[in-house]
Amino acid sequence: MFDHFSSSSDSQAEGPISTSSEWTFELIREYDRAIAEIAEEFGLDTYPNQIEVISSEQMMDAYSSVGMPVGYNHWSFGKQFISVENNYQRGLMGLAYEIVINSNPCIAYLMEENTMTMQALVIAHACYGHNSFFKGNYLFRSWTDASSIIDYLIFAKNYIRECEQRHGQAEVEAVLDSCHALMNYGVDRYKRPYPISAVEEERRQKEREEYRQRQLNDLWRTIPRMGEDDEGNSPHRFPEEPQENILYFIEKNAPLLENWQRELVRIVRKLAQYFYPQRQTQVMNEGWASFWHYTLLTELYKRGRVTEGFMIEFLQSHTNVIYQPAFDSPYYNGINPYTLGFSIFSDLRRICESPTEEDREWFPDIAGTNWTETLQFAMRDFKDESFILQFLSPKVMRDMKLFCISDDDRENEIVVNAIHDEDGYRQLRANLAGQYNLGNREPNIQVFSVANRGDRSLTLHHTQHRRRPLGKDTKEVLRHIHRLWGFDVHLDSLNGDEITASYHCPDVGRDRTEREEESMLIPKPI
Amino acid sequence: MSYIIDRRLNGKNKSTVNRQRFLQRYKAHIKKAVGEAMNSRSITDMEKGERISIPTRDISEPVFSHGPGGHVDRVLPGNKQFSTGDRIPRQGQQSGSGGGGGNASDSGEGMDEFVFQISQEEFLDFMFEGLQLPNMVKRRLAGNESFQVVRAGISNEGTPGRLNVVRSLKAAHARRIALTGSKRRNLHLLEEELEQEQSKDVTLRDQRRIDLLQREIADLRSRVKRVPFLDDFDLKYNLLIKQPRPRSRAVMFCLMDVSGSMNQATKDMAKRFFLLLYLFLQRSYEYTEVVFIRHHTSAKEVDEEEFFYSRETGGTIVSSALKLMRTVMRERYPASEWNIYGAQASDGDNWNDDSSTCHKILIDDIMPHVQYYSYVEITPRDHQALWEEYESVKALFPEHFAMEQIVDVQDIYPVFRQLFSQKVSA
Repeated sequence: MFDHFSSSSDSQAEGPISTSSEWTFELIREYDRAIAEIAEEFGLDTYPNQIEVISSEQMMDAYSSVGMPVGYNHWSFGKQFISVENNYQRGLMGLAYEIVINSNPCIAYLMEENTMTMQALVIAHACYGHNSFFKGNYLFRSWTDASSIIDYLIFAKNYIRECEQRHGQAEVEAVLDSCHALMNYGVDRYKRPYPISAVEEERRQKEREEYRQRQLNDLWRTIPRMGEDDEGNSPHRFPEEPQENILYFIEKNAPLLENWQRELVRIVRKLAQYFYPQRQTQVMNEGWASFWHYTLLTELYKRGRVTEGFMIEFLQSHTNVIYQPAFDSPYYNGINPYTLGFSIFSDLRRICESPTEEDREWFPDIAGTNWTETLQFAMRDFKDESFILQFLSPKVMRDMKLFCISDDDRENEIVVNAIHDEDGYRQLRANLAGQYNLGNREPNIQVFSVANRGDRSLTLHHTQHRRRPLGKDTKEVLRHIHRLWGFDVHLDSLNGDEITASYHCPDVGRDRTEREEESMLIPKPI
Repeated sequence: MSYIIDRRLNGKNKSTVNRQRFLQRYKAHIKKAVGEAMNSRSITDMEKGERISIPTRDISEPVFSHGPGGHVDRVLPGNKQFSTGDRIPRQGQQSGSGGGGGNASDSGEGMDEFVFQISQEEFLDFMFEGLQLPNMVKRRLAGNESFQVVRAGISNEGTPGRLNVVRSLKAAHARRIALTGSKRRNLHLLEEELEQEQSKDVTLRDQRRIDLLQREIADLRSRVKRVPFLDDFDLKYNLLIKQPRPRSRAVMFCLMDVSGSMNQATKDMAKRFFLLLYLFLQRSYEYTEVVFIRHHTSAKEVDEEEFFYSRETGGTIVSSALKLMRTVMRERYPASEWNIYGAQASDGDNWNDDSSTCHKILIDDIMPHVQYYSYVEITPRDHQALWEEYESVKALFPEHFAMEQIVDVQDIYPVFRQLFSQKVSA
C-alpha cells in the first residue's frame, strides 16, 4: 500500500497508477485524484464527493431503500429487500456496481467485491458523471435541495416512528400504503416547491396544524353564515381549477384525516417531489454519466496512467452497460437509457469535432463548436423529452436502427410508420421524445370536483391520451384514495368530452349482496 | 476534494425491520405455505427453512397505469426488415407490453410468484404460531439441575470480599454496649459521687474518699477502654448459596400399532404426526425425552429406528401398549416430576374385546397422570370399537384428551393445529 503511494507520488505523471486488480484505499484516493484532475480540465463542476466503501449486504440494504442511506420503515421496502436478496443469492442478478445519492456532499457507494478497475469506473461514472449532472441540470437545481435531503429523511423517519408509537403501526402503515399508491400523483409539475429542511419542517409543523384545521373548518362548514344565503343558489365549484397534485389536494382538503395523517401524506409527497427530476432525466443522467466515465477513463489511458489490462476490463463492462438488445430479442426490455443517452452525447461530441454535411444541415448551431460547452449546455437545460427532441441525430437513429410502429386497437394490423430513413427521422424523433414525456407515460388524472354541499364525494377525471384506457389496478388505487378521503370516490375516464368508463369506490354498479362483500375488502376509512 | 470512508464495519442489517414487517403482513400466506410444506416434506428435514411463494398479485402495490388498448406509437430498436408502410399482423401478447417496458418482461418470462426464503427459526415460528400446550407446564426439581446463585442472609464466615460492613459494625456496637454496660453505669455513679464530694466546702471534704473514688474511676475507664472496637466475631459476611433451578421436563410416549394392517404409508403419516408433536414439545420444554412403544399383540419399547422401519405382522391388542406405557411411567417417569404426553397412532383395528380394557387402563392409570393424550386414527374407513371407547374417555377428560381422524397426508398438519389450537379459557 505504502509502496504504491510513494512511488506514484514521486512520478506524478508517468506510469500506470496500479497494475493489479486488487484495490486499496490509497489506490482509490490516487485514482480519484487523477480522475478529478481530468474532470476539471474538461470543465465538470461537481459537489464534493463522499465515497463510501460498503459490503454487498449493505448494498442490498441500500438497494431496498431506494438508494437512500436512511429511510422510514415500511413493509414494501422489506419486500424489495427480500427480492433483491433472493435474486442475488440465486445468482439471478449481480448488484449494481454503484449507487449515488443526489446530496451535498454527493454520496457514492463502492462495493468491496469490485476490482480496482470497477472502482475506478464507478468513481468516474458516479462521482464525476452523475455528480456534475445533479449539480448542473436545471430540474435538479430548481426542484431538489441536495444539501438538506439527508436531514429531511431523518426527520421523516423519526416522525413516522413517533406516529407508530402513538397511533399503532397498522394505522400508520395503512396511510403510507395509500400514499405510496398515489406517489406519482403527489408532484407539482409547474410550481417550484419550497426547499425542504428538517429544522424548518419541525418548527412549522405546529403552525401548519392550526392553519389547516381552520381552513378545513371553513371548507366543511355546515352552519350557514349570515348574509351569504344567495351563495347557496350559485354554488362555487370546488376546487375551482382541476388539481393535478392529488396528494397535495388530499393533504389540504380531506375531511376526516387527523393531523398526523396529513403530515404523513406530506412526507410521501415531499419524497415524490424529490425523485421527480430523476424520473424525468433517466436517459440524460445515465447517458451523461456513461459518456463521462468513458471519456475520463480513455483520457487516463492516453496519459499512460492505466494499463491495457485495465482498459480491456473496463471496455468489457462498458459494453455490457450500453448493450441494446433488438426489439425481437428475448432480452429486450425497452430502450436501454444508458445506450440512448451515451449514443446521443457521444454523437454530439462527434458533431462538434468533425461534422458531416448532414450534421451541418441538421444542427447548424452546434456543428463545429466547442464540444465541452455544447455538452454542458445540453446537460444543463433539458429533460429527457426535450433533450431527445433537440439532440437525437440521424446517425444515432441509424446506428440504433430505430423504427416506429403505430398500434391502433381499431385496426387489425400494426403499421410501421417511420424507420431510420430520410422521411422518417423527424417523426421517429418526435415519437421517441413523446415516449419520454411523463405526461404521456402515466395516465393524466386530476381532481375534478368535490361535492362539498352534498355527500362529500370526490370526483377525479382521467383525460385519455389517444384513447388509452386505465389499467387493471385502477380499482385498487381508488380504494386507497377512498381510504384517505373517507367518503365516496368516483373516477371518470374521458375521451374528449365523452365519459367512456367510470370507476367508483365503494362500487355502485352491482347488486347489494355483492357490494356488501366488497365492502368487507375495502380498507376502512380513517 | 473527495472524502473516502470505509463503511464496511457499519451495521448491515438495516433492512431487518422492513423484512419483519413484510413477513408480518403476509403471515396468512406464509402460514399457508408452511402448512403445505409440512405435507410435502420428507420427514428428516421437517424443521429446515422453507421457500415461500406468494402470488405476485397479492403483494403488488397498485398504481394508476395505462391498460392495453387505444392508439399507441412505439419506437423500437434493431430494425431488420421493416420499411415505412409495412403492416404487421397483431401477435396477441407481443403488442401488449413494451412501451416503457412493463413489469411482465422484467424477468424474462414474467413472474407470477414472489418467492423467498425464510429461516428455520422463522419456519418453526410460523408452524407453531397460535398453538398452545393445553395444560399448564409442571416445573419440578430433579437430579442434574442447573443452579442459580442466590443471597441467603448473613453468615459468620466468609471471604473478605463478601464482608457486610453495616452488619459487622452493628454487631461490634452491640457487643461493646453489652460488655461495658455495667462498668459505665458504675463509672457514672462514681463520677456523680466524686462531683458531690468536690462541690462540698473545703473543710468538709473527705480527701481519702476522693482519692479512692478517683482511683476507682481511672480503673473503670481503663477497663472500658480495653474492650476492642471491632472484634473477630463481629465480622458478618453475605451468604450466597446455590439453588437448584426447577426445569420443565417432558416425556413423550409414542404409541404405534405395527400390526399387519398398518402399511408403510400409514406409518409414515403416524411418524409425521409424532414428529410435529416432538418439535412442538421441544419448543415448550427445556428438556424432552421420547419413549417409543410399538405393539401388535404384545408391546415393546424400541428405539427410533426400529419404531419406524421394522415390520411385524399379526393381530392387534392395543391394551398391551397402554400397559407397557403404564409400567414405564411408574418406573421411570413419575408424574410428579415429568410432564407426560401420550400420542397414539393406529388404524383403529383392535382385538374385539380388548377395547374395553384400553378404556379401563386409560381412565384408571394413564389419564390422571398425563398432561395430554392425543389419539389419531389413520384410516379412511369407518370407526370401530376402539374409537367409540376412546370417545367415552374423551367425555371424561375433555381437557386432556383429544382424538382426530387422519385420512391422508394433507390432513396431518390441520389436525395437529386443531388439537393444539389456542383455547380461550372459560
